[in-house]
Amino acid sequence: MASEKIPRISLMDLEMNFLEVEQGLTNQEAMEESNRCLYCYDAPCIKACPTGIDIPTFIKKIASGNLLGSAKTIMSSNPVGASCSRVCPTEELCEGACVLNHSTNPIMIGNLQRYATDWAIQNEQTLFQPGVSNGRTVAVIGGGPAGLSAARELARLGYEVTIFEAADKAGGLNTFGIVSFRLPQKISFWEVEQVKKLNVTIRTNTVVGRDISVDKITEDFDNVILAVGMAHVPNLGVEGEELKGVYDAIEFVKATKSGQLSQDFVGKRVVVIGAGNTAIDGATCSIRLGAENVKILYRRTEEEMTAYDFEYEFAKQDGVEFRWLTAPKRIIGNSLGHVMGIECIKMKLGEAEPDGRRRPVPIEGSEYVIPVDAVVKAIGQTRHKELIEAFGLQHNGGVVTVELGTFRTSNPAIFACGDVVFGKGKGDAMVVTAAQQGKDVAYAIHKQYSPVGVVN
Amino acid sequence: MADLRINLAGIQSPNPFWLASAPPTNSGYQVQRAFEAGWGGAVWKTLGDPILNVSSRFAASSFNGKRVAGFNNIELITDRPLDVNLKEIYETKKKFPNHAIIASLMVEPTQEKWHEIVKRVEDVGVDGLELNFGCPHGMAERGMGSASGQVPALVERQTYWAKEVAKTPVIVKLTPNITDITATAEAACQGGADAISMINTINSLMGVDLDSWNTIPHVAGKGAHGGYCGPAVKPIALNMVAECARHPRINVPISGIGGISNWQDAVEFMLMGATGVQVCTAAMHHGFRIVEDMIDGLSNYLDQKGISSVSEIIGKSVSRFSDWGNLDLNYNIVAQINNDVCINCNKCHIACEDTSHQCIDMLTDSSGKSYLKVRDEDCVGCNLCSIVCPVDGAIDMVEVPRELAPMTWNERQAALSVAVECQADVTK
Ligand SMILES: Cc1cc2nc3c(=O)[nH]c(=O)nc-3n(C[C@H](O)[C@H](O)[C@H](O)COP(=O)(O)OP(=O)(O)OC[C@H]3O[C@@H](n4cnc5c(N)ncnc54)[C@H](O)[C@@H]3O)c2cc1C
Ligand SMILES: Cc1cc2nc3c(=O)[nH]c(=O)nc-3n(C[C@H](O)[C@H](O)[C@H](O)COP(=O)(O)O)c2cc1C
Ligand code: SF4
Ligand code: SF4
Ligand code: SF4
Repeated sequence: MASEKIPRISLMDLEMNFLEVEQGLTNQEAMEESNRCLYCYDAPCIKACPTGIDIPTFIKKIASGNLLGSAKTIMSSNPVGASCSRVCPTEELCEGACVLNHSTNPIMIGNLQRYATDWAIQNEQTLFQPGVSNGRTVAVIGGGPAGLSAARELARLGYEVTIFEAADKAGGLNTFGIVSFRLPQKISFWEVEQVKKLNVTIRTNTVVGRDISVDKITEDFDNVILAVGMAHVPNLGVEGEELKGVYDAIEFVKATKSGQLSQDFVGKRVVVIGAGNTAIDGATCSIRLGAENVKILYRRTEEEMTAYDFEYEFAKQDGVEFRWLTAPKRIIGNSLGHVMGIECIKMKLGEAEPDGRRRPVPIEGSEYVIPVDAVVKAIGQTRHKELIEAFGLQHNGGVVTVELGTFRTSNPAIFACGDVVFGKGKGDAMVVTAAQQGKDVAYAIHKQYSPVGVVN
Repeated sequence: MADLRINLAGIQSPNPFWLASAPPTNSGYQVQRAFEAGWGGAVWKTLGDPILNVSSRFAASSFNGKRVAGFNNIELITDRPLDVNLKEIYETKKKFPNHAIIASLMVEPTQEKWHEIVKRVEDVGVDGLELNFGCPHGMAERGMGSASGQVPALVERQTYWAKEVAKTPVIVKLTPNITDITATAEAACQGGADAISMINTINSLMGVDLDSWNTIPHVAGKGAHGGYCGPAVKPIALNMVAECARHPRINVPISGIGGISNWQDAVEFMLMGATGVQVCTAAMHHGFRIVEDMIDGLSNYLDQKGISSVSEIIGKSVSRFSDWGNLDLNYNIVAQINNDVCINCNKCHIACEDTSHQCIDMLTDSSGKSYLKVRDEDCVGCNLCSIVCPVDGAIDMVEVPRELAPMTWNERQAALSVAVECQADVTK
């Protein structure tokens, strides 16, 4: 039964802690739920999905037993629709817009989307065919949701697409960044496989700017799409950051998705700094690696936290503690150069900042030390400035400047999409918007060559 | 992708999904929208001499919170002038030459009337005709619709009149408001019908309002019986199609109608002998776009079965449909409860205990947990428990290994009568 969850955390078998927590809908649940959908006309849920999935249609197809058709409806609008069914903040998107919010309960759109795509994965379906070759070439830099989505659409339109991917596997943060117990890697790999089957070449272990030059790429391809996402977590700018036991949350999560799980955290005390998606993932991963106590430190309050409600809920259920209005001042090491504590200072909220949130200000003399064995930094992500500049693109603090709608950069042959164009102060970046931008870029490129413009 | 084209008595259509003659096919605007949405054909709202309609025409039954389990109407045939309809048929056919347009017709039962309308309609270029001997209300009081359709001789005669002048295929649409539909189906064949379609709507009274004591629907405080259709009538329609399909003297194609809501329903009708299907209520409930999943679902189904053309499935289950007397009396199934799936609602127990054969025991295991178990030797394999069970997979009906060779009632009676004759011989 779906409601019966496995005991949440095991200290004996860490692998088990990283299995997907949410069970998929049973056949009966899917049947009941799909038949509950009203099949609205001009449905608001469609408009609330950034990729515009025809939700009533895919749900109707589940109800009629046409699961192949359902999966195609989903994946044709969203090339990473299987991942999205698991990681989209659906209450804020499709489900939040469902008309049934006004009368009963919204349809479980995300879960139904997962049901149909799971069927396609289990039955090893190939959903799309490459288009007839038009001889044009496109380089996609970065094989995350944005890059895959652009590549998928271009391949269907007949372009010869090469993805350059720094990591040893494509999929971007879906493969390495979002925790396994919410998004197992095999889901992301299936989506990558679907793109590969359209004759897209994926060159993994290839860092553009290091393993292949920027010039070579611009010379060899008719168009370039920059979809490199964001980079590592920035420094806190406090003393002790170089100590052993201080981690970058993204690297930290990535390690749990790359082979053997570390046994080093069993019974340890961990603090995580920050309160966005990444902080939650860092904290819940620590718990699942067996940490005895995990605290999230945030310099503002619950109100300003950018993590979604469901993430907050999930972390609390995992036993994560929250320390609001608390900022790190100094990380303290022992004689072996390993973290042993963190000095914090209490904050209070002052005047509003330009983004509307009140500025946290330190309370003098409120310093105290929390003894810890590890510190996980999750205060945002830095930008790939160097690479952006190597391409000579206009940017604003590492956020590539693009034309509205077409995602064309200051170099007309180069487009950019996904996290690399995600501006600051806009909440959290999402997989589903990266996917839509990838599609938009593909159509914009195609439009240049087909002015009369029958796109899609 | 499988070939979905059909040919029904010479009428070609890009897929087997037609809209039935009803409000969805009332005008050129609607039929053109339907073709754009993907419908393969449309039977135009029944044409005839102008009529008057009443206000308040439809009602539906909700079943346990599900809307439109059944649908009822007291609407008559088209209330638009014939020449307007004819003009729109002409325009629609011109825009959609590859889609099937069939004109549904109903006139007074005279030869001249039938000759006249058939000629006028064929002049604008329809692909076929459907004679409406089905509407159960209003028109029937004037000797048309089901009043004609319930009398085999009238069906035969009017079909014959239409066929005298028709150049396009003639489909006869039958009423279900009759004890044995094969009688009128056969009469239609005798009259020269090229195909038959069924079912039209079933006589019905939707309900009575508990406060006002009015009928539902009512027209200024009075009601009349209407015609019932929608998902609730599907089993009735399917049986009628199957009975006609297996009848030795009914050898024309069948257009299946009645409660078809999705591609699965359509496949069932086709397996039971329909060459194509018609839909009304489902389109009225959800709009023309439902045809998208009908086409996609049917196509995926055929691909997955490795069938290259939809016409290959027509009638494939007809030989499996027979008389009770031909069923094997020595075939046995019993219920088996899977206790790991069972949620212990005990609905199967009480159903069997009170209304079947008292063979599901409520037991307690050594740890004090209650569970249910079927006594195989007493179970008659009626299916009731598995029907009332609310969870998938909790009750399986499983075959019992055979002890006796197959033997039907008819075989048994034949064998007995031989035995009696032998005895008679001996005593002679
Ligand atoms: C911890 C965490 C949790 C998240 N949780 C959610 C969530 O629950 N729901 C949600 O919707 N979103 C979530 N997000 C955000 C989401 O993952 C991103 O918005 C999305 O992945 C952006 O896609 P992208 O393709 O732009 O970038 P990425 O997914 O970052 O992919 C960029 C790719 O480019 C490659 N690359 C980088 N530099 C180079 C180079 N020089 N040469 C070649 N390749 C290069 C990288 O290896 C990577 O594969 C989360 C993010 C993080 C960090
Ligand atoms: C409102 C309404 C009007 C109808 N009018 C006609 C008609 O004019 N001519 C006709 O042959 N059948 C008429 N029908 C019957 C339908 O064509 C069809 O045979 C019946 O509804 C069963 O199909 P369904 O279950 O898909 O609705 C009408 C049905 C409805 C609901
Ligand atoms: S992609 Fe995300 S927002 Fe769109 S329908 Fe699916 S779960 Fe909802
Ligand atoms: S808004 Fe809700 S009920 Fe309507 S189509 Fe979308 S999911 Fe279904
Ligand atoms: S099949 Fe019928 S007789 Fe057998 S256990 Fe179920 S209800 Fe009882």
